[in-house]
Amino acid sequence: MRMHVHRYERWWMTFGFSMLVLFLCIIFFAAFADNMNPPSGLQQIDPTRVAQTPPFDHPGLRRLSDGKYEVYYVAQIFSFNPQTVTIPAGSTVTFYATSPDVVHGFSIVDTDVNMMVIPGWVNAASHTFRRPGTYLLLCNEYCGIGHANMAAKIEVQ
Amino acid sequence: MMLSSAPPQVRSENRVVIAHIYTATTAIVLGALFGLLQGYSRADAIQTPPWFDYYRILTLHGVLMALVFTTFFITGLSLFVTYRSIPRERSLRLGWLGWAVMVLGTAMAAVTILSGNATVLYTFYAPLKAAPTFYLGATLLVIGTWIVAIEIFENVAYFRKAHPGEPVPLVVFCAAVTFLMWWIATLGVVAEMGLLIPWAFGWTHGINVMFTRLFFWYFGHPLVYFWIMGAYIIWYNIIPTRYGGNLFSDGLTRLTFLMLLLLSTPVGLHHEFMEPGIAPQWKMLHTLTTYGVAVPSFITAFAIFASFELAARAKGKSGFAATVANLPWRDPAFAGAAYGMLLFIIGGFGGLINASYSMDSLVHNTIWIVGHFHVTVGGPVALTFVGCAYWMIPKLTGRTLWKPEWALWQTRIWFLGMLIMSIAMHVAGLLGSPRRTESVAYLGSAAAASWEPYMLLAAAGGTLLFISIIMFATVAIGTLVTNDKTADMTVTFATQPPAGEPTPAPLQHIFRWGVLAIVLAVLAYLGPVSELLQHPGYLAPGMRTW
Repeated sequence: MRMHVHRYERWWMTFGFSMLVLFLCIIFFAAFADNMNPPSGLQQIDPTRVAQTPPFDHPGLRRLSDGKYEVYYVAQIFSFNPQTVTIPAGSTVTFYATSPDVVHGFSIVDTDVNMMVIPGWVNAASHTFRRPGTYLLLCNEYCGIGHANMAAKIEVQ
Repeated sequence: MMLSSAPPQVRSENRVVIAHIYTATTAIVLGALFGLLQGYSRADAIQTPPWFDYYRILTLHGVLMALVFTTFFITGLSLFVTYRSIPRERSLRLGWLGWAVMVLGTAMAAVTILSGNATVLYTFYAPLKAAPTFYLGATLLVIGTWIVAIEIFENVAYFRKAHPGEPVPLVVFCAAVTFLMWWIATLGVVAEMGLLIPWAFGWTHGINVMFTRLFFWYFGHPLVYFWIMGAYIIWYNIIPTRYGGNLFSDGLTRLTFLMLLLLSTPVGLHHEFMEPGIAPQWKMLHTLTTYGVAVPSFITAFAIFASFELAARAKGKSGFAATVANLPWRDPAFAGAAYGMLLFIIGGFGGLINASYSMDSLVHNTIWIVGHFHVTVGGPVALTFVGCAYWMIPKLTGRTLWKPEWALWQTRIWFLGMLIMSIAMHVAGLLGSPRRTESVAYLGSAAAASWEPYMLLAAAGGTLLFISIIMFATVAIGTLVTNDKTADMTVTFATQPPAGEPTPAPLQHIFRWGVLAIVLAVLAYLGPVSELLQHPGYLAPGMRTW
């Protein structure tokens, strides 16, 4: 198949295509060199037994080593458990979350922690908190009539 | 008798199209009312009562605007261009049947939502469980569009038989490719309904949540391209006639639509970047394909501006200012499309950001996304449709447009309102404000307080949009009831200049490209689907949390 394409159009397409390729290179570089991938937890859990399954039977903060923490959250209508966690500034925290009921969102404002919480799965995301302050954790997926009240706090001291 | 200036066959065809277009008009007016209530609720200006809560209003707004208005307009437009391009004595049974099935489905879904039994939003994420009539209604709406698709395909087949060796008229080609893409995409939502309906009736006790989400987004993103293709039908085929211009290239236009056919479906996972249960490599694959589907939009941007420039040059004008000044900015049909194109510049780049894999974590499920899809479906798509209605209604009724100056101001107010609302939403989203929440107080947090001014701005923009839609409806209905029957009902569509390049034969095929589109869709979803099948699927019971 041969079709004449106007010279300007070819320039424009080369420009557009190069821009897309450049953006993709940046995304792939970040993914492969800096390990910047979206949260994609592949661990499964029985949603009917979340309250009996460790570590979600005792949701909350675990200290791994100096400056390294994990927090296990149960997201359920219409609250997060734990409601408040306190960590020192400079800590790197991995958040694990699961749901025993419907789909929820897990978003910490002013950070790039943002993930879906789906019954049957454990999702995970990490963040290093450099600035002290009170961070807002909220559900950003509609989960029912009390959705707007589903929030919690992370105190960074 | 009304419509007396056209032959009886055309008059009956026009009635089918009028039914589709005015159903779309009804949907946009109701949708706008619910949108206004949402904007005010988010800005804390009003509190919705428990018997008509925010999320019910949100479900109504989403379903009416995203599914009902857009779909009825595109079915109406596609039937119109097909009927006018291929004149013949024809039965209108399928055109009417499609409309009736779509209306029945819409009514079932709407009544279920109004009664509070389907407050599941237009994405209906399981395990939220609506009453079965909601899912049945949505299925009927889709099946109605399939009937319209058959009507369009039948006319393509007729044309090819009656005119062997001739290419299908471009505008019909565009409509047929759009509906072929739509048919492939809607297989996803029908598959999802195959899981949801038996579960909603209680015949099955659990539902695989991951599959419902995967099926939904298999459909959910091509849905967006269905809207865009509707707007592109107008930009390529109708808009050049408004400034006495030509199509830039027949071949490139067909190539654009075929690329949209091939690349619209294998992209849905970019809505699921933040999900568990889907491995990163599949998300990366869909990042790549989503970038690919930007290419036909780049071609479109060039073709449209080239057509503007050639029209100006044909009158001996050259240079940017003269090219812009040559355009009919006082024609509401042109103005609607042109303001839509300007909004699409914001929408297109925002879309690339959303599709950018890990970067999506900055904006996922924030009100940035709401800003993005309002500046796309509510910009290039809906504003082009509304503008096109000003051109189409006189062609359908023989009546000149009532209050054309209102129509013109309507497009300007819309442009301004959408600019204000969507920019406010984009900014608030970057500050972390979530979408789909009734209020944004959030434990009195300081971050939440910083969103408040943007919610007020968004409500102000929303008010302008509401006023604009009421003006549109007033002109649309006013034209139907006034008696001025002097409008020219003949229709011509843009073609390339006679000296233009002939279109290569492969770009004249439609259905064999559909086979390739299906292959690409299967390849894109093979990985995540086969992985999910290997996991023990949790079957969730339905829940009613509203």
